[in-house]
Amino acid sequence: MFTDQNLDSVDMMVNMGPQHPSTHGVFRMILWVDGERIIKVEPHIGYLHRGSEKLCEAELYPQIVSLFDRMDYLSNFNNELVYCMAVEKLMELQIPERAEYIRIIMCELNRITSHLMFYGAYGLDAGAITPVLYAFKERERIQSLFEAVSGARMMHNYINIGGVREDLPEDFAKRLDNELDQVKKGIDECDQLLSKSELFLARTKGVGQISGADALDLGMSGPNLRASGILDDIRVTEPYSLYQQFSFGIPVGSEGDCWDRYYVRIAEMRESIKIIEQAIKIIERGPVKTDSTKFLIRPPKGEVYVRAENPRGDFGVYLISDGSTKPYRVKVRAPSFSTLQALPHLLINSYLADSVVILGSIDIVLGEVDR
Amino acid sequence: MTFLNVIYLSLLVLALFTFLLIVVLILTYLERKTLGRIQMRMGPMRVGFHGILQPLADGLKLLVKEDILPAWADKKIFWLAPIVVFIPSFMIWVTIPLAEDLVLQNLDLGLFYIVALSVLSVIGLVMAGWSSGNKYATFGGLRAVAQLISYEIPLIMAILGVAMLVQSLKLTDIVDGNFVTVTIDGHRTIRNLAGQHILPFAAIQPLGLFIFFVSGLAEIGRTPFDIHHAESEIVGGPLVEYSGIHWAIFFLAEYMNTFTISILTVLLFFGGWSWPEMPTTFLSVLWFLIKTLVVVMIIFWIRGTYPRLRIDQLMSFAWKLLVPLSFINIIITGIFLFYGWPFWSLTIMSLPFLLGAFYIIYKKSSSYTKHNTVQVYPAKWATQK
Repeated sequence: MFTDQNLDSVDMMVNMGPQHPSTHGVFRMILWVDGERIIKVEPHIGYLHRGSEKLCEAELYPQIVSLFDRMDYLSNFNNELVYCMAVEKLMELQIPERAEYIRIIMCELNRITSHLMFYGAYGLDAGAITPVLYAFKERERIQSLFEAVSGARMMHNYINIGGVREDLPEDFAKRLDNELDQVKKGIDECDQLLSKSELFLARTKGVGQISGADALDLGMSGPNLRASGILDDIRVTEPYSLYQQFSFGIPVGSEGDCWDRYYVRIAEMRESIKIIEQAIKIIERGPVKTDSTKFLIRPPKGEVYVRAENPRGDFGVYLISDGSTKPYRVKVRAPSFSTLQALPHLLINSYLADSVVILGSIDIVLGEVDR
Repeated sequence: MTFLNVIYLSLLVLALFTFLLIVVLILTYLERKTLGRIQMRMGPMRVGFHGILQPLADGLKLLVKEDILPAWADKKIFWLAPIVVFIPSFMIWVTIPLAEDLVLQNLDLGLFYIVALSVLSVIGLVMAGWSSGNKYATFGGLRAVAQLISYEIPLIMAILGVAMLVQSLKLTDIVDGNFVTVTIDGHRTIRNLAGQHILPFAAIQPLGLFIFFVSGLAEIGRTPFDIHHAESEIVGGPLVEYSGIHWAIFFLAEYMNTFTISILTVLLFFGGWSWPEMPTTFLSVLWFLIKTLVVVMIIFWIRGTYPRLRIDQLMSFAWKLLVPLSFINIIITGIFLFYGWPFWSLTIMSLPFLLGAFYIIYKKSSSYTKHNTVQVYPAKWATQK
């Protein structure tokens, strides 16, 4: 006869990724599941490793900007900005005011496109197939602005050391105004489509909860941290560029669950629009690049660490210069990489179906994780 | 049965198969177009006028595609599974009438036959899931069992409510069914107050319609109950290892089931071909199909709108809400028949329960949004370091 010992069950190991439709790129998780419940998680990264940090050591300073484009490939402008700020801080460069405003406008627009991308992908993760197309409609408007400004839709290489590559096109302010009106409506539409849907609430409320203290301990930052109830935004706590001049709100969640992480991003898009609207009003004509970077850039010997608020969180660049035309070392503190530390914490004891929803909610970009 | 009879019946089955094949082709096109419209896309546009030949092109592609057998698969079961899924869903059609006399075999136990066969297709899904030698497929197969068996109960109970009203399991009876009450001494008394040709059962049993439609959606594995082939988690579930024509057979069965559930909804609750009555048979069949199409469109609409439920939510929805409701439906129908009350009394008895069910769902979701968990604070509140 069977005894209890004979009927022991074995936990099943499920390999998720790197080829899986909803691991947001080439992330790989090994899940041990007891029925549908996850009891152990082993994240594997490195499938998109291109050695960007090492490559930086072989490139001239201005060339590195294009490598940073390819790290977090959904928020290229923000990445470029952090790197350029690092070099400028090392060289103690003062960049023209117009360039600063252009940078801020571009970065905030990029934040909106990044969050829209998150919104669409998150709908797909939860099983709704429509939101992604509504998100992409709005994203397309901003992408066309990017194209007009930088000539590229993704890998812009637009923010350069000492300013921006070229001035805005003549009709930019008018176009921006038109598109922003549409995008505002579009964001409201997206909000209505998914945020309060009964099934979406059921899937995301109370799922993947993390407390503020835990989130801080595990190195989460940006919207993920704010969703857990911690008021922290580098744009305000350690102001860089000209962010001090703008008045905007910081959306903060209280539950730290998937829905909060989702909704913080929706609210953040509206705040970004506020910043852009203020910036486009006060921007004045003038040069967009300093003269001192016309020749070979040779920062003085030394090291510098600069960080900024990226759509995915706290993006930091640690730069060591040995006085030559190429950096001695470039180290990137990628927000997605740190956030992934919290994944096992979030996933344990949730359902298999939730693993996708939780992974989607922390919004990682593998290009940035693996670098 | 003579030889000629066999030939004749085979030809009829062939005709039915062709009809269903055409319906499935139309449905795939329609679904892609409808979803396209919902998502602000055009849908298929390239093959033929407005992509009208797209289903044929898809079918041809699937026919000539390589049929892959995974190395770990159990060959016999793997190849058998699509057939096991397909045959029951086709056999149901033997007894589904398109008009009073347009039916292959008008069985007296029609509804019983349909219910009995619709359960069988789950075996095929488990076979597919288990024999693929793939963990996602196994998950999908097991989820399919759990889901289909749970939702079978409310589905049958909702059907039973209708069967009680007409005191027959014959589908043609249900469509033109007059109410009958059974008197104590066993004689059937026909009360010509209202049959489906005067008033569809949706008006008399709204609760039954709700239960039937929702559990029907779950039965065919459509959004929001498509957990057994959830693309985002288990990547297609039992079908993950299938390709080519075997996958196409699964696909055929799935769309056929969608059509079956829609047509059953119309037959049982919207009066089939007989409400409102049409002058000719052709017109009534056409009208019947149009009504079915509307139900199909609603299913597609739901697919374009809602996210997917999780397995525990799915189970609790079935066992905590639908099963009790379906029992209540049976009980109030029984009371109604026993006392022989007028037909509107059943509507009045059903409505509070239906509204109660909606209220429970509403309350659940509004408990989530009771207080705003995300608030926007002004930037100056953040302390500078």
